[in-house]
Amino acid sequence: MAAAPAEAPARAAEMLTVRNVEVVYDDLALVLRGVSLEVGDGEIVALLGANGAGKTTLLRAITGLLDIHDGRVTKGGVALQGTRIEKLDPPAIVRRGIAQVMEGRRIFAELTVDENLRTGAYTRKGRGEIAEGYARVLDLFPVLKDRRSSVAGYLSGGEQQMVAMGRALMAAPKLLLLDEPSLGLAPKIVEQIRDIIVEVNAQGVSVLLVEQNAQMALGIANRGYVMETGRIVKEGAASALLADEDIKEFYLGITGDTGRRSFREVKSYRRKKRWAA
Amino acid sequence: MSEFLQLLFNGTALGARYALVALGFVIIYRATGVINFAQGGLLALGAYLAYALNDTAALPFALAVVGAVLLSGVIGAATERVVLRRMVGQPVFAVVMVTIGMLFILEQTITSIWGFEALNLGDPWGVQTVRAGDVVLATRDLWTIGLAALVLAAFFAFFRFSKLGVAMRATAFDQEAALAQGISARRVFAVSWGISGGLACLAGVTLAAGPAALSPGIGAIALIAFPAMIVGGLDSPGGAVLGGLIIGITQAMTTGYQDDFFPWAGSNFAAVMPYVVMVLILLVRPYGLFGTKEVRRI
Ligand SMILES: Nc1ncnc2c1ncn2[C@@H]1O[C@H](COP(=O)(O)OP(=O)(O)O)[C@@H](O)[C@H]1O
Ligand SMILES: [Mg+2]
Repeated sequence: MAAAPAEAPARAAEMLTVRNVEVVYDDLALVLRGVSLEVGDGEIVALLGANGAGKTTLLRAITGLLDIHDGRVTKGGVALQGTRIEKLDPPAIVRRGIAQVMEGRRIFAELTVDENLRTGAYTRKGRGEIAEGYARVLDLFPVLKDRRSSVAGYLSGGEQQMVAMGRALMAAPKLLLLDEPSLGLAPKIVEQIRDIIVEVNAQGVSVLLVEQNAQMALGIANRGYVMETGRIVKEGAASALLADEDIKEFYLGITGDTGRRSFREVKSYRRKKRWAA
Repeated sequence: MSEFLQLLFNGTALGARYALVALGFVIIYRATGVINFAQGGLLALGAYLAYALNDTAALPFALAVVGAVLLSGVIGAATERVVLRRMVGQPVFAVVMVTIGMLFILEQTITSIWGFEALNLGDPWGVQTVRAGDVVLATRDLWTIGLAALVLAAFFAFFRFSKLGVAMRATAFDQEAALAQGISARRVFAVSWGISGGLACLAGVTLAAGPAALSPGIGAIALIAFPAMIVGGLDSPGGAVLGGLIIGITQAMTTGYQDDFFPWAGSNFAAVMPYVVMVLILLVRPYGLFGTKEVRRI
């Protein structure tokens, strides 16, 4: 893909600004090579990219989770509404208003749904506010209502994703980061998740949505970025990206060449190979 | 029958002490993946602190015990902050060696302050007993069982229902995901060490109660609480308590009945019994009674 940024549409005040961020793991593996990206207040921004491109690493750089992976931001900075946050630890960043739904859901499988949701409110004070947030989460995810006392590990994949999202929302974030929320879920559930992201956004939460499901992500995003081996190689309005030939070919599996497999197949193949290794 | 009840009572009192220590082991292990070999040292130090507050600072015994438990909690948490935190990211083996080093330092500190001689803790129970039929109940054992039950119930309520308790369980399950919710792993580690220190102190006090029972060697009980923890399953708090009781009662029964059934095993067999029980249970259940298979990261 060519590193040619598409047109940059006008946008609202900045929520998140990532400037020229470099990330190194274990002091030797340069994984992000100067990434810049913005999320405007009230926007949904999609971040696309193949496995290993560095999307999760970028989210870790934003949320302060690089530390426990022996990773470091060696250059550049991250700002939330103009305030630098790249030196803060994860609890401080959550308190500032960034919550994330991690790749693979990462719910606390031994805890109940109720306990999972409550961990999301760990940084919040005020019983009343927390109870209000809890009620709002249950409104968004009515299926969780009857399952509050179930051990979360027994839920279906889709329900677990809802727990993960509800847990993140319990922090009452200004900015929600989602790392491949559609991964491994049935199309029906993916639709539900998509609708909920739209609804959450409509309630005033800005969203950075990392996805391999470009169709879904660009379908609801205002803008999008494409990442490849640690660099942003494309950015633009979601509609422009949806019409982009490269993206059509690599992410949407739409191509004149009938022999080519969709990206998602390539990905699951790679995953299997990794497990086997 | 009355002999059996007598042994059951003695064993329960003994087991309650093991349970307190074993639970301390498990809490730290769950949070940090480290087996804290300094636990016995904290236990002895806790008992001496109670002695010092009672005897030297002239506080009433109950207050001295509460004060010592709190102090031990602070010492436990401080140990984590000052010593263990520097070890984050080091191999588990190195961290375990550090806790062993701490054990020696604690023992040395105790003997240099209070000497080797056995002391009277200053407890009001002494050698008093209560009779229930043919069974003789030592007052200090009754208090031990009562206090342990109370403290264990309080711990489990905290662990189950409180915000911090839920956070501790979340961190034990997935430290990174907990961090992502804003749960400070450092805080959880420090609290775990603090609780563990408090539990060790209480075990030390109940063990040192009675005439001339306070000596630097009481920390050795940790060596028996160790199999109790393994029996219950390294990462199961409930298992630790049950394991403690099983080991305590088995030991008491062995002491009582060995001459009738297997005198050939030698007079000290009760001391070996916890390890025999441990091996037998591990043969059937390799992860202990309630342990989970997965052994997690440090
Ligand atoms: N903890 C880590 N230590 C070292 N390298 C890592 C670590 N996590 C990810 N990487 C490497 O960083 C690159 C980007 O990974 P990641 O951010 O997970 O990509 P994506 O989320 O886009 O699939 C990959 O090459 C991966 O192997
Ligand atoms: Mg990823």
